[in-house]
Amino acid sequence: MRKVDIIIKELCERRSQLITSFIAITLGIMVIVGIKTVTFYSENAVASELDNLGANVLILPKSSTVSDYYSADVANAQMPESYVDTITGSDLQGVNNLSPKLTLPITLNGRRFILTGILPNDEFKAKPAWQIGGDIFAKPPTCGGAADIPGIKMNNDSSLDKAAVRKAVIKDLGPSQAIVGHDAAQLLSLRKGSPVSIKGRDLTVLKVLPQTGTIDDSRIFANLHTVQSMYGKGRVLSAIEIVGCCKEISKGLISELNKILPDARVVTISQIASTQLKTNNMMSQFSLIFLVIIVLVGGVSIANYMFANVQERRKEIGTLIAIGMSPRQLLSIFYGKAIILGVVGGAVGYVLGTGLAVWLGPRIAHIPVLPMPALLGWALLISVALSLLATAIPAKNAAGLDPAATLMEV
Amino acid sequence: MAIIATESLVKHYGKGKKEVSGLAGVDLTVDKGDYVALVGPSGSGKTTLLLSLGGLIRPTSGRVFVDGTSIYDMKPAERIELRRSKIGFLFQTFNLIPYLTALENTQVPLMIAGKSREEQETTAKSTLERVGLGNRLHHKPSELSIGQQQRVALARTLANNPSVILADEPTGNLDPATVDSVAGMLRELHDEGITIVMVTHDPRMAAHAGRVEKLIDGRITAEAA
Repeated sequence: MRKVDIIIKELCERRSQLITSFIAITLGIMVIVGIKTVTFYSENAVASELDNLGANVLILPKSSTVSDYYSADVANAQMPESYVDTITGSDLQGVNNLSPKLTLPITLNGRRFILTGILPNDEFKAKPAWQIGGDIFAKPPTCGGAADIPGIKMNNDSSLDKAAVRKAVIKDLGPSQAIVGHDAAQLLSLRKGSPVSIKGRDLTVLKVLPQTGTIDDSRIFANLHTVQSMYGKGRVLSAIEIVGCCKEISKGLISELNKILPDARVVTISQIASTQLKTNNMMSQFSLIFLVIIVLVGGVSIANYMFANVQERRKEIGTLIAIGMSPRQLLSIFYGKAIILGVVGGAVGYVLGTGLAVWLGPRIAHIPVLPMPALLGWALLISVALSLLATAIPAKNAAGLDPAATLMEV
Repeated sequence: MAIIATESLVKHYGKGKKEVSGLAGVDLTVDKGDYVALVGPSGSGKTTLLLSLGGLIRPTSGRVFVDGTSIYDMKPAERIELRRSKIGFLFQTFNLIPYLTALENTQVPLMIAGKSREEQETTAKSTLERVGLGNRLHHKPSELSIGQQQRVALARTLANNPSVILADEPTGNLDPATVDSVAGMLRELHDEGITIVMVTHDPRMAAHAGRVEKLIDGRITAEAA
């Protein structure tokens, strides 16, 4: 026989007394695991949606406004291209994609269009200074998975083309090439391979983009450096679009960008970000509240059970001491019991919480939810630690019992 | 040769005006192989003396010697080891662990002493067979008669092969037929050389002892048999 046999037999014998503590700890862990699991997948889903939306952080010249960017999409002011170096050279985390732009109004055939200089992926990669901060493109594992870092490939799938337009980072765009939006191509009768002359430069249409229903339809995209030379003000930009990882935005990516670029305006798609922030905060608060509840209810319940158990077993404890059991051996019996209670309560709570999250996730949050094995460790850690903590005083009382007093009780 | 001895043993319970005297200066010598009965009215200090001899009640003053060593001058761990190896307790209410079988109850002191599982089982089985319960190994106390329960308690007492048995009213809860059976077993153990100190109210049990010490108000007042 081992001490653990005594513990298990005693637990089985008095299981009805244990049930309240077991339910308290199991329910607590179940709720925490359920919330954590749904929150994790919810955050990922929102982050992924934000990735698919395209840029969610904008860096603009100080004097520009967000409405300039969204309405006319034409900047009145510029900022130096070296800002890109500053970002890539920093140790910022959560920048999924980065797209410097220079936007100019142009007139072709008597109609007004928007010429946007963008940097193709190949050129971005070729610039050594922009590779220094390779870490900033390191996508955290929980970040949404839509973005192809730092740009996305153009292909024949129209839905991906639309995404490409929104992200405005493409693989190849030579100095004499242009990509034309759907409406602009129709109005100018342009198609793939057509020549087009803009501000005295002859360009060739590389591709006509499918209709998106956005301002992009009336844009003409050209190589950033070609547009900069047309503009004649050197290496300047009117905006840097960033696809920031949603979680990192909530962790302070914006304020970090503000720190490293004090002369620029850093804005985010605040509504989406703040909604996500609110959701994250709410979930975190729920988790915290339930953690407090489990500590209070579970802890009190276990402590109460253990106190009652010690009281009920006074004579047994006195007898064990009389036949040679040491205080340390007695403590190990009570702590062993606490560990078993914590492990079983934590494991059952994890299974129930995970099942609840997998079942409720698609119904409530409209997202697929899968089990998170990593939470099992946390569930066990919390429940065992709580159980041990709640047992400490009753166990100490048991080990300190006066055996003579218990043996002389009638 | 004295295996147990006390020297001016005094024990007071409580403090101040509520102080009660349990033992009021007991000098007792028990030689190896003795069978001593402690008799006296309720509250005379019999159980206090017995538990003091077993290292479970620290006296207010005076000393208890076991094999010549003052046990309350020992470190707690040494006193625990002494109880494991030399002393066996037998209680009036048996004090069996209700959720363990007869075999497991008998294994407990062996487990506490750190014996292997195989050794525990072998020793516990043979001890239970010795007290006539070889066919009740896997019965819990609630499934045994009162007499059988006391025999399991006796087997547990004997498991670690103690040189001294301290018995507190071992037949107090038994019917007359079982009293004789337990008395016979204690007699046998005494014949094998085990020293027995027994608290009892029962004159028939006291008659089995080689010596009777009477306690009144915490003092040994007379000796008989």
